[in-house]
Amino acid sequence: MNDSPPLIIVGNGIAGTTLARQARKKSTRPILLISEEHPYFFSRTALMYVYMGHLTFEHTQPYESHFWKKNNITLLQERVTGFDPQKKEVFLAKGETLAYGDLVWAVGSRPNRFGWPGEQARRVQGLYHKQDLDQLEAWSPEIKEAVIVGGGLIGIELAEMLHSRGKKVCFLVRENSFWKSVLPTEDAALLNQHILQHGIDLRLNTELERIETDEKGNAMGVVTSKGERIQCQYVGLTAGVHPNIDFLKDSTLNCNRGILVNRFLETNLPNVYAIGDCAEQKEPVAGRRSIEAVWYTGRMMGETLAQTLCETKTAYQPGPWFNSAKFFDIEYQTYGQVSSTPKPDEENQWFWQHPQKNILLRWAFHPDTHRLMGINSFGIRIRHEVMHDWLLSDTTVETALENFPAATFDPEFTQNYQPEIQAAFQHQFSH
Amino acid sequence: MNRFTSLSVKSLFTVLGWIGLILLLLPLSNLSSPETWILLASLATLSIGVVGYAYFQYRGELPGIKNNGVFTNSLSARGVWGWSVGVLLTAFYITLYFYPEWLGYRSEGASVGMVALFDPLSQLLNGQPASQWFLYGTLYTLAILVFGVKFLIKYRHSRYQIIRTGSVMFFQLGFAFLLPELLTLLHPDTPYFAKDFKNMWPLNYYFFEDWHVKNMLNGGSLGLFTLGMGLAMIFIISPILTYRYGKRWYCSWVCGCGALAETAGDSFRQLSSKKISVWKLERWMIHVVLVFITLTTLAVLWSFLGSPKNPTGISREIFSYSAIVFFSLLLAAIWFGKRNELHADARFALVGIGVIIIGILCIQLFSGDRHLLGISSYTLRKWYGFGIGAAFSGVLGVGFYPLLGSRVWCRFGCPMAAILGFQQRILSRFRITTNGGQCISCGNCSAYCEMGIDVRSYAQKGQNIVRSSCVGCGICSEVCPRGVLKLENGPVANRTDRPDYPLGNLMDHLDAQ
Repeated sequence: MNDSPPLIIVGNGIAGTTLARQARKKSTRPILLISEEHPYFFSRTALMYVYMGHLTFEHTQPYESHFWKKNNITLLQERVTGFDPQKKEVFLAKGETLAYGDLVWAVGSRPNRFGWPGEQARRVQGLYHKQDLDQLEAWSPEIKEAVIVGGGLIGIELAEMLHSRGKKVCFLVRENSFWKSVLPTEDAALLNQHILQHGIDLRLNTELERIETDEKGNAMGVVTSKGERIQCQYVGLTAGVHPNIDFLKDSTLNCNRGILVNRFLETNLPNVYAIGDCAEQKEPVAGRRSIEAVWYTGRMMGETLAQTLCETKTAYQPGPWFNSAKFFDIEYQTYGQVSSTPKPDEENQWFWQHPQKNILLRWAFHPDTHRLMGINSFGIRIRHEVMHDWLLSDTTVETALENFPAATFDPEFTQNYQPEIQAAFQHQFSH
Repeated sequence: MNRFTSLSVKSLFTVLGWIGLILLLLPLSNLSSPETWILLASLATLSIGVVGYAYFQYRGELPGIKNNGVFTNSLSARGVWGWSVGVLLTAFYITLYFYPEWLGYRSEGASVGMVALFDPLSQLLNGQPASQWFLYGTLYTLAILVFGVKFLIKYRHSRYQIIRTGSVMFFQLGFAFLLPELLTLLHPDTPYFAKDFKNMWPLNYYFFEDWHVKNMLNGGSLGLFTLGMGLAMIFIISPILTYRYGKRWYCSWVCGCGALAETAGDSFRQLSSKKISVWKLERWMIHVVLVFITLTTLAVLWSFLGSPKNPTGISREIFSYSAIVFFSLLLAAIWFGKRNELHADARFALVGIGVIIIGILCIQLFSGDRHLLGISSYTLRKWYGFGIGAAFSGVLGVGFYPLLGSRVWCRFGCPMAAILGFQQRILSRFRITTNGGQCISCGNCSAYCEMGIDVRSYAQKGQNIVRSSCVGCGICSEVCPRGVLKLENGPVANRTDRPDYPLGNLMDHLDAQ
């Protein structure tokens, strides 16, 4: 048996759990995985399906409970309140301390709040943790009308959730389009239209002014920046997330918005690391943001740090960016770089949209060389492997269009639109 | 149409469906005699009830995945409705298999009650009065058709699902129902043999029984065609199609059991257990059934070939030597060609089963005993017919849809699925490809897998899914919110590779620098 102090991982989301699993594959050292939220790893992105009745909460747990014992990964459900980097100990809420050999912060995010009047009222929440879901379920019978504030991924998920349970949903979006910060105009317009088609009261260019409450402190309506009053029994605050590190602010750990790490995911303290949503890259990977709060980057940081801790020191080097989402019935995948407002001399964009169906394909490529830079796809599944290779090699957009069927991943018999797409592209660019 | 009127229209169709059911059961009481108009009215109202309900259920919604409330609904989540339907279905199957006289079936003289109700349709199709099996076949086919229409409306956004469902509806109506009845009508004097050409051994477990072989041999050109087709299906057509497309060509495109599971059973697909312990149980059970039916069939043929009236000209000895050579070659080919693709327990089982079957054949050959292992083949087949054919595939297989999911029989019992699955695992172009690193471990694919495969456990590792039990229904791919899964046929090599990490992380490139 290995009696050295354990690798303590605080947070059992995708980053922390990936690290624990990969470290166990490479090493026999003791591993302790601590989470306040839930004893077992679950898929956070799947919580919406529990509320909608597509899944039970148990379905969101990728491993059966015997998995952890079999792999000798110790689980602990407890709140960590701080740590002592000199003594190499972490503090638990009930007063205990635990010695660590290496300590990894993988504590995720928290929903943003902007000091809106009434934001502390009952039936007002963000949606992030399992506890938020339980709370929403408990309030659900009281909700007939809901207002959601913030036009991003969690906002539209929450809209879909509430809508599926027959609640009337009003969706306030500050910008003139849904997910404006990420999506180019036509892409966002496709989604705006789809959201409306589903019967969501989408209000663009509208901000939250304040939340009104009744005498018992329950939310009962909101007032918008346009001075309108909207009656509701629930307010979802989904204007983004930030690293969940308030409890570390007084420690000697260097933090900015998140815990600052170098490319090896090391913090300023020896044997202390940070991965996932809570980590902020001091020197971000070229073309990428310093904090990337998505599932895939959390997983990659976990894989990388396991290599460093158990084998050879390895820098975090994610491949071409990719992400995906589903907006009601429209599947979205993106690979590489597709800017919402491209700079004309750096990035050219061209899109094809189906005249009736919810299908849109946007190509980003270099204006001079036509080298493929990225793709946004709505309604067509894209084969990651092919796109990954195209983006790493200097593939031109013409070559990509020519070979597009190899890059699709739709089910068999799905209609192939390549001839139309290629013809439209040639029509526009051949002269 | 708003929610309220949609709800009341749906209630109307529910009432219609119940009226159809009551009309169907009416002849069981003494209140009415079985009349043609009752049969027509009953089948019509049942069909309109189901299709109308489905139409108004989905018409107001945009095309897409329709799983809202599946795990909170009483019918689909083992609530009161689920249990009630389970009890009713089970009672129906027990009656059908063991007490058909309660349905009005009479072995002597004309049937009465519910069975007699189906006489006019039976007379029309095959020129004979209805049996309880004609009644069952009609209702079974009707269920596949009407719930098939429901499935088509539900999955109207997916061409794979539309074409696949059209296929199961076509094969059930044409090959399983109409064609055998019409062939009987055209050949009224030939003895009975199974005329559903797609229903091959061992799913049709009596194909090689002495009476069935005799009837085929005495059945004129149609009988010989049936025998030849049956052998061709087992030894030529099925291996080729399974190699090219996986076992889905049969299990979710052609098979009648699969057809019912995919249509009427669709509301219950999510109830199959995904636990690793249940997977272990499944592997034991389905292979034990396969060995049992193989031995039973060998025993039946052994006794048949030994009888003085053996019309085939094939002696027991030739049969035994051929069987020993066949199984030895099969075992050797798998062992030397594919053993590296099998886990230790699968290799152990493979060799164990092969040795048992060959051993028994050898003992038999040299002992010259009249019965295989001293048990009469009649006893063996009676056990199989009762235990597997009736109790497992019918009562448990369909009766327990709302409790254990729609593919209980296919997963734990069907020897056909075992054979096709074995080939799919070691020699087929089929796989479900995982789309690089896009999996978010949400669990929809696993939850909606009717075969209880933990699809996610492969997808989240970026690994392809190559499993013997996969019937290729394609629902995992449909319910995936991130476009991660694709059923496809491709080169056999590297199908089962396991990447170190899902695609997306370049750290290995960096190490190389």
